[in-house]
Amino acid sequence: MDPRYRLRRGMDQGMTLVCFLCTLLVLTPLVLVLTFLAQTGLSALNWDFFTKLPGAAGEPGGGMANAITGTLILIGLAGCLGIPIGVLGGTFLSEYPQTQVSRISRFAADVMNGIPSIVMGLFAYVLIVLPLRHFSALAGGVALGVMLIPTVMRTTEEVVRLVPQSVREAALALGIPQWKTTLRVVLPTATAGIVTGIMIALARIAGETAPLLFTAFGNRFWNRSILQPIAALPLQIFAYAISPFDDWHRQAWAGALVLVAIVLVVNVGARYATSRQVRLR
Amino acid sequence: MPKQLEVRDVETHAPTLVGANTAVQTDDLHAWFDQLHALRGITLNVPERQVTAIIGPSGCGKSTFLRCLNRMHELVPSARVSGTVRVHDQDIYAPGIDPVLVRRRVGMVFQKPNPFPTMNIYDNVAAGVRLAGERDRRRLDDVVERSLRAAALWEEVKDRLRKPGTSLSGGQQQRLCIARALAVSPEVLLMDEPASALDPAATLRIEELARDLAKEITIVIVTHNMQQAARVSDVTGFFLGGQLVEFGPTNGLFTRPTDKRTEDYITGRFG
Repeated sequence: MDPRYRLRRGMDQGMTLVCFLCTLLVLTPLVLVLTFLAQTGLSALNWDFFTKLPGAAGEPGGGMANAITGTLILIGLAGCLGIPIGVLGGTFLSEYPQTQVSRISRFAADVMNGIPSIVMGLFAYVLIVLPLRHFSALAGGVALGVMLIPTVMRTTEEVVRLVPQSVREAALALGIPQWKTTLRVVLPTATAGIVTGIMIALARIAGETAPLLFTAFGNRFWNRSILQPIAALPLQIFAYAISPFDDWHRQAWAGALVLVAIVLVVNVGARYATSRQVRLR
Repeated sequence: MPKQLEVRDVETHAPTLVGANTAVQTDDLHAWFDQLHALRGITLNVPERQVTAIIGPSGCGKSTFLRCLNRMHELVPSARVSGTVRVHDQDIYAPGIDPVLVRRRVGMVFQKPNPFPTMNIYDNVAAGVRLAGERDRRRLDDVVERSLRAAALWEEVKDRLRKPGTSLSGGQQQRLCIARALAVSPEVLLMDEPASALDPAATLRIEELARDLAKEITIVIVTHNMQQAARVSDVTGFFLGGQLVEFGPTNGLFTRPTDKRTEDYITGRFG
């Protein structure tokens, strides 16, 4: 056999091996974290954890029911603020890409994406907490919602731009006005992609702790109003993790496990939405 | 039409003025893409309820011309138009004219079949009427059936109207797009190389369809296929470098071209 051919083949196999090892290296931390989390978290996970309020300091038992619902409420509030603005803004960026406004907002969104999340918390603190004079679920929702906007906006822009120009032209040539074309033809075509973008953005903010520190603040009881402080899983995990009690440490692990599970469910949902998009084409 | 006869190339226009009313009339039509001068003064009359074919080599401006007739050209950023286009004596570029309404009167079928990917067959055909505000179920059913019949597609799809439009074959998709365009009852139907993405059998069906439709409405078809122009059209215009070189009854243009460039093109010496 030609030695150069043999060298080439050896090189090919060597590089394939290197790529394979690198993939393993990337997967290792993920698998380690998940297994460790499952091992430590599952032992503290029981029915009480999902249904009971936190117990008194130092006493074993109790759960995180309020924190779980709190996180879901905060995600809901953030979604109410971030999703409409993000989707509509992204649609504008895609359909009117060359205007001065879109250039500025695209740049602003990219800058916002890079702003540390605690600064978003400060923003909501100044905007909501200071005028109302107390911490509230609303403030936490605003902080998370503002974080949603740039991600949702940019992913929406990308997927709406993927809608073929021929689809737009087909609609316009039928005498359908521009706004109806965008709303009834272009956006439905991009729905699956937009939903995926939203899910991923929601999963990202679900685990945010810093923006909630001085907005949602945390709460050991059931929350009655969105104008009152509210519990959230990341906050509760933080509080329990730095506490001196073993039982609370175990619950913190369980909380972390539940949080990861929520994110996982949302991500799988996003995958499902994307796979339907592929089938559609 | 006395105005038409005053402009240059009288003899190229004269034949078309015989025997048919004018559906679309362009006068000194220019079009630009930014700096590119794509159409350089097109003056011609499209006869009513006939098939008019526009032929010419790639880049000669034939598609641009078509897109000026329903104001689709201006959708391209930095595109410009000057001159007049009259559709049944209404200047569609006059101030105050809504391009949306122009496009309901002058429909368009594109080179590649482009059914709406999220809609089923029924919704595709109904889209134009429905998005213009029609909600009555019975009238929608009626429009859909009538349009699909006119596009010679009804028999093939009547049992699966709820299937996605993209589930049809290429040729069926193109007839679906024709049905969709017909649903809004246009006076003129523009076809931009409607068969260039189809196999010969499907091409033939589209051509027959164009002939049939011309009994009711005016058809303008752009094609790079000269045999197609000869088969399908009553009148043919030959474009070159953004100008109209020759325009007249198809038979005459293909058998006795008056311009040397037309002759060179149709005998295959270039293009």
